[in-house]
Amino acid sequence: MRVLVALLAVLALVVVGWAGAGLPWVTGIVVPGVAFAVFVVGFVVRVIRWGRSPVPFNITSVAGQQASLPWIDRSPLDSPKNGFEAALRVAADVLLFRPLFRNTRTKRGHDRHPVYVPERLLWAAALVFHYALLVVILRHLRFFLEPPPPLVGAIDWWDGFFQLTTPVLYMTDVLLVAALVFLLGRRLVDRGLRYLSLPADYFPLFLLLGVALSGLYMRHLGKVDLIAVKELALGLATFQPRVPAGLDAAVFVHLVLVSVLVAYIPWSKLMHMGGIFLSPTRTLANDSRRRRHVNPWNPQVAVHTYAEWEDEFRDKLVAAGYPLDTAPAAAPAATSAPSSESVHA
Amino acid sequence: MYDKGKILTGLVLFVAIVAFPFWWSLASGAEVRVPDIAKPAGETQCLEDAETMRREHMQLLATWRDDVVRLRQRIHTTPDGRQYRKSLTGTCLQCHTDKAASCDRCHDYLDVAPYCWDCHVATGER
Repeated sequence: MRVLVALLAVLALVVVGWAGAGLPWVTGIVVPGVAFAVFVVGFVVRVIRWGRSPVPFNITSVAGQQASLPWIDRSPLDSPKNGFEAALRVAADVLLFRPLFRNTRTKRGHDRHPVYVPERLLWAAALVFHYALLVVILRHLRFFLEPPPPLVGAIDWWDGFFQLTTPVLYMTDVLLVAALVFLLGRRLVDRGLRYLSLPADYFPLFLLLGVALSGLYMRHLGKVDLIAVKELALGLATFQPRVPAGLDAAVFVHLVLVSVLVAYIPWSKLMHMGGIFLSPTRTLANDSRRRRHVNPWNPQVAVHTYAEWEDEFRDKLVAAGYPLDTAPAAAPAATSAPSSESVHA
Repeated sequence: MYDKGKILTGLVLFVAIVAFPFWWSLASGAEVRVPDIAKPAGETQCLEDAETMRREHMQLLATWRDDVVRLRQRIHTTPDGRQYRKSLTGTCLQCHTDKAASCDRCHDYLDVAPYCWDCHVATGER
């Protein structure tokens, strides 16, 4: 049911795009423009809101020995001691998906005891998906820039290295769809995950699949008029919008799906692209033993420290022969020392 | 706000990255333009109509290559019955004489690098 809701929503968007071909100015110019504005403004607003929320405690999450005595081995990445090491950890999270690499699966060992074994398929699929998407986005720059930068041409050449089919099939297109199918299948096949998954988990996957498949359709089956596509894209990038004749309906389907995806980011789990940089559990250094962190909304409490207490009752303490932290002036201290021992004895 | 400087720097970077095509186009003064390709002087009819040729020429050439190299079928018959020799330089480039103006303008515009020219040499090129 939750799968169907998400699938139907994406199919409805495909129909909207298809029908939107009749209103090219709306679907081709207004929708992408509004979507981009919603994306940028929504993203900035959410990040600022996160930035303004208080971080009362040093809640860094650790998975290794923290810095202590020099002869104790420590893990700089899993328990960063300063901002630099914390930044390294964030970089490893963002670029290599280290936390996913630690993912485990529970298996029943002999004697029916649970055994935890590494489960790295999710890590691999996530990594492949994200990097493939990055390459796909970079390749799309050829539509938005005139002249296209040489870097895009180089990416294009490597991506089509195997020269399969005409036009050349891109490796990243295949990997992107394969990874998405795995990530979707994972949620559908695993009973526990299916129970946990919400429409908000399926929707981005279906949406991304829709984007990828409509793109593959345009390149390999529909053969859309690319000159017209570039004219439209250039018009958007240079703020001289125009709708060329000869745009296929598939282009509008792709555009609507991408616009919805982009506008959906600030409102959804896809916001993890900004959130990963603002998670106090990952970005803070584990230095609570070296630096005092004060909760900013702690009420002002009248504090009476032991040192102050000792000063207040010094005469009585000395008279009773109690041992003191701060030794009083030399003469009384000499007399109090032996007597205190006698008290304890 | 904690780490105000870092967060705002990150946000500025984010906006600069996602808005890259916009400011790049503004900075380089890019205009919306469409390449115009040179039409053959003497001939008015290609293998098929312009729309089909625009979308399918790459498929056609790849099929021709396979037919000639693997099957030794060298004659192409158009839907309306005309016959041509399957050859990029011997047929296509005989009418579309100027490769730079016929092929490259669109390909460069879209950053397409067909591997035809890994083997073939256009007339006048070395």
